Amino acid sequence: MLKYTIKRVLLAIVTVFIISAVTFFAMNAIPGGPFSKEKAPDPAVQAALEARFNLDKPVGQQYLIYLKNLAHGDFGISLKTGRDISQIIREKFSVSAKLGGMAAACAIVLGLVLGSTAALCRNRWPDRLIIFLTTLFVSVPSFILATILLLVFALQLKWVGVFSTENPNYVLPVISLMLYPMSYITRLTKSSMLDVLGQDYIRTARAKGVREGFVIFKHALRNALIPVVTYVGPMIAGILTGSMVIETVFTIGGLGTEFVRSINNQDYPMIMATTIFLAVLMVIATLISDLVYKLIDPKITFD
Amino acid sequence: MNYNTDKLPRKQLLSLQLDLSKFEMASEDEKAQHETMRESTTFFRDGMRKLRKNPLAMMSLIVLFCLVLTIVVVPMFYPYSYEQMITVNGKRDKTAKNLAPMTYSKNEMKAIEEGQKIFPHLFGTDELCRDYFIRVLYGARVSLAVGLFASLIVLVIGLLYGSISGYFGGKVDMVMMRIVDIIYSLPDTLMVVLLSVVLNQILGSALQGTILARVGNNMISLFIVFGVLYWVGMARLVRGQILSIKTNEYVLAARALGAKSGRIIRRHILPNCMSVIFISVALQIPSAIFTESFLSFIGLGVQAPMPSLGSLANAARGGMQSYPYKMVFPAIIICLIVLSFNLLGDGLRDAFDPKLRR
Amino acid sequence: MNEPLLQVKNLCTSFKVDSGEVRAVNGISFNLDKGRVLGIVGESGSGKSVTAYSIMRILVEPGRITGGQILFNGEDIVQYSKKQMREFRGKRVSIIFQDPMTSLNPVYTIGNQLREAIMLHTDRNRAQADERALEMLKLVGVNSPEQRLKQYPFELSGGMRQRIMIAMALCCEPDILIADEPTTALDVTIQAQILELMQELQKKLGMAIIMITHDLGVIADMCDEIIVMYAGRICERGTADEIFYNPRHEYTKGLLRSIPRLDTNHARLIPISGSPVDLTNMPKGCAFASRCDNCMKICLSELPEELDINDCHKASCWMNVKQVYEEAKGGIAK
Repeated sequence: MLKYTIKRVLLAIVTVFIISAVTFFAMNAIPGGPFSKEKAPDPAVQAALEARFNLDKPVGQQYLIYLKNLAHGDFGISLKTGRDISQIIREKFSVSAKLGGMAAACAIVLGLVLGSTAALCRNRWPDRLIIFLTTLFVSVPSFILATILLLVFALQLKWVGVFSTENPNYVLPVISLMLYPMSYITRLTKSSMLDVLGQDYIRTARAKGVREGFVIFKHALRNALIPVVTYVGPMIAGILTGSMVIETVFTIGGLGTEFVRSINNQDYPMIMATTIFLAVLMVIATLISDLVYKLIDPKITFD
Repeated sequence: MNYNTDKLPRKQLLSLQLDLSKFEMASEDEKAQHETMRESTTFFRDGMRKLRKNPLAMMSLIVLFCLVLTIVVVPMFYPYSYEQMITVNGKRDKTAKNLAPMTYSKNEMKAIEEGQKIFPHLFGTDELCRDYFIRVLYGARVSLAVGLFASLIVLVIGLLYGSISGYFGGKVDMVMMRIVDIIYSLPDTLMVVLLSVVLNQILGSALQGTILARVGNNMISLFIVFGVLYWVGMARLVRGQILSIKTNEYVLAARALGAKSGRIIRRHILPNCMSVIFISVALQIPSAIFTESFLSFIGLGVQAPMPSLGSLANAARGGMQSYPYKMVFPAIIICLIVLSFNLLGDGLRDAFDPKLRR
Repeated sequence: MNEPLLQVKNLCTSFKVDSGEVRAVNGISFNLDKGRVLGIVGESGSGKSVTAYSIMRILVEPGRITGGQILFNGEDIVQYSKKQMREFRGKRVSIIFQDPMTSLNPVYTIGNQLREAIMLHTDRNRAQADERALEMLKLVGVNSPEQRLKQYPFELSGGMRQRIMIAMALCCEPDILIADEPTTALDVTIQAQILELMQELQKKLGMAIIMITHDLGVIADMCDEIIVMYAGRICERGTADEIFYNPRHEYTKGLLRSIPRLDTNHARLIPISGSPVDLTNMPKGCAFASRCDNCMKICLSELPEELDINDCHKASCWMNVKQVYEEAKGGIAK
């Protein structure tokens, strides 16, 4: 287990470095520096600006400086607003984290319940309904789904309030963000549950006279959960990127909105910082879900 | 030995007294006829039978077929173009802005009164006075092309990489798989966005004047991104399949007979992992279409005036309340395509995946 | 009159699948008396395991008992409610399975799984249940039992796991133990140990055993009675001696010819040709006819009925009828 943990942590660190390098060098490959783009001011002013941002040094050295700053939590300054990026991230991420956290929790709980239900009612109407709906949900791009939900439930039927900073109503954003991962977990749980229900030890439990409910919740679900746990990492990543779309549609001022805006504004330091920040989060989420996977499956720990 | 004849069933005793010939030995032919053998089927035929019995998968196939037929054939004789304003009597018709489906503009009404025949705007028009139906059709064309082409790239790279790694094993495999591990651990969507941003800028100037410029540098960068990032899943799948097939006795037998590596891969290994790969490709297409629509959403999709379903739906978001149809049509088509591919992929998996077969 | 402990009457079980109905068990009947050992033999697909699962009513979808009765102490368990059935399983009748590697839940400790079985059917508390579990482990000859209770199934060997399965099956002192190919997945040396253990426990605890196997050698000196099954029907039954030394069904003879024996000098083993019948499409007449060396015309068209060979031996084969007939004719001729 220890060996595995070390291996995984090392891989995560390597990944973070690669991400930072790819991001940095890719951004630097874009022709034209940030200050040559606008109407070039005085060459002297430009030189001074470039020196201020270390743009006069070789790229490799710039990268090292950037890394050093990152380690101190300094992401640089946004080109558009001139604000400190780490401060923007801190501010905006709390909103995104709240939205994402709620969506993740709902997706996991509902996904497990629906998936188990579908497996237990195999080939009867609840199974068919659940599988039909989840297939439908994974077939609609999230921004279309979110727009339709917004239009129908908030603007036409007026069942739920529209999200605003004074009156933050998270119902619709959470639903739109959660549907895709929920559907995925449902399908995963169903197939994993069906697999487990066909195992010999389930037959043993039934032959012992264990009540059907206990067969499912004690003997089957715990085993069926194991593959589902591996999806939690990718799910967090999906929710973080999905949140870009949902936040923009519902005009929630989170990190996602900020990221999309920075892309449209070609605010390169901001794009770079957000990419690295989100990527590190995703890598950590995947790392944790992999480690938890090893923990709850006693078979694997000794392999 | 004493046999209690009383215990013999009466009926049997009677019948046996009546018909001695029944106790003659049966011939081999009679025995062979007696045994009703199970109909022998091949893996493929059995899978096809299962697929045909799956109504959802068959419906998806029909929907996809109709859709492809429409987007290939209809633009050939459709009277409007996807990038040009509607013209009446050779003049640009500026009154044809944001028409509702099946309505005509003022100028067109006039022309109709004058006795001209004007083809109706099935899906209305957009804010630049272009016929929306043909734009949606072109959008579907672009989206499907993106999906197919991206999946093809993934398939080719993943298949080559995975089969080399899986077949040779050992150190080659280890090094190749570590590379895959690292690429796999990169958050794909973020990298797609990042690479698209960068490639857009770089390609923008490099492509000018070439044929590729027509495709649009966003599309090209999308394909590059797929080629760089998304093949790893396929490579892993292929490698896993090959590793498990490689240990089978028939591969050993082929090697014992002196077959070369290439022949073993082609004749024995690939056909056996084809079904799994095929299913994965079918499921890759909707994921590529999704990625394209996501990129369209954040403004990195195909270049205007070229439409894609994602960019059409995204453009329609602003006027959603006044012109809901502009959102609804591309949304329905995109869902139809993705849903069909998903259902077809599921159907194929149910029918052909050896792991699910009993 | 002393009623048998278990009476199976005309049991039919089938599985509905896409291509039709797989009739795995086609009307079998047998009795089992208290403390006796019954062996059920047959090749794969002959309906042995399905019979066992039917008695426990643990058939999985789409399997269903389609007819007949299973009387336990005179009560028909086919009619039992789910709740009654839960109390029946594990308490009155227990089962151990073929593959001990997969029959224990991988995510719970041995102690947890044993305790669960004990607490389900007795009103012992946790500590008492643990005590009982320990006692059972000692009984089945597991070394360092205290430690085993805390271990997970993957940490134990196959033989050890099968001992644990036996302990789990016997911890509530059932009247009947069904052993579904308990030694098939084990090494030969372990096989003998497990069989010995079962015999020993049977003497000690006095439960009846239904021993299911495809290996005649396994049950030769263990069973009081043997049933030979083919294609979901019983083709021959009798005491072990009768079945081994006086087989009266062509299929049994075939089976005996195909196992190695030390006491005779067969130059080589003779396999049974052909493959088992398609259970979705059962032929008329005797199911074994197409593989039988002495197949007669009547075998192809009519099902042979069970005929008493002697007091403790019955067989369903037209050859016996022919023999009786010929002897009777000979008698008349004389």
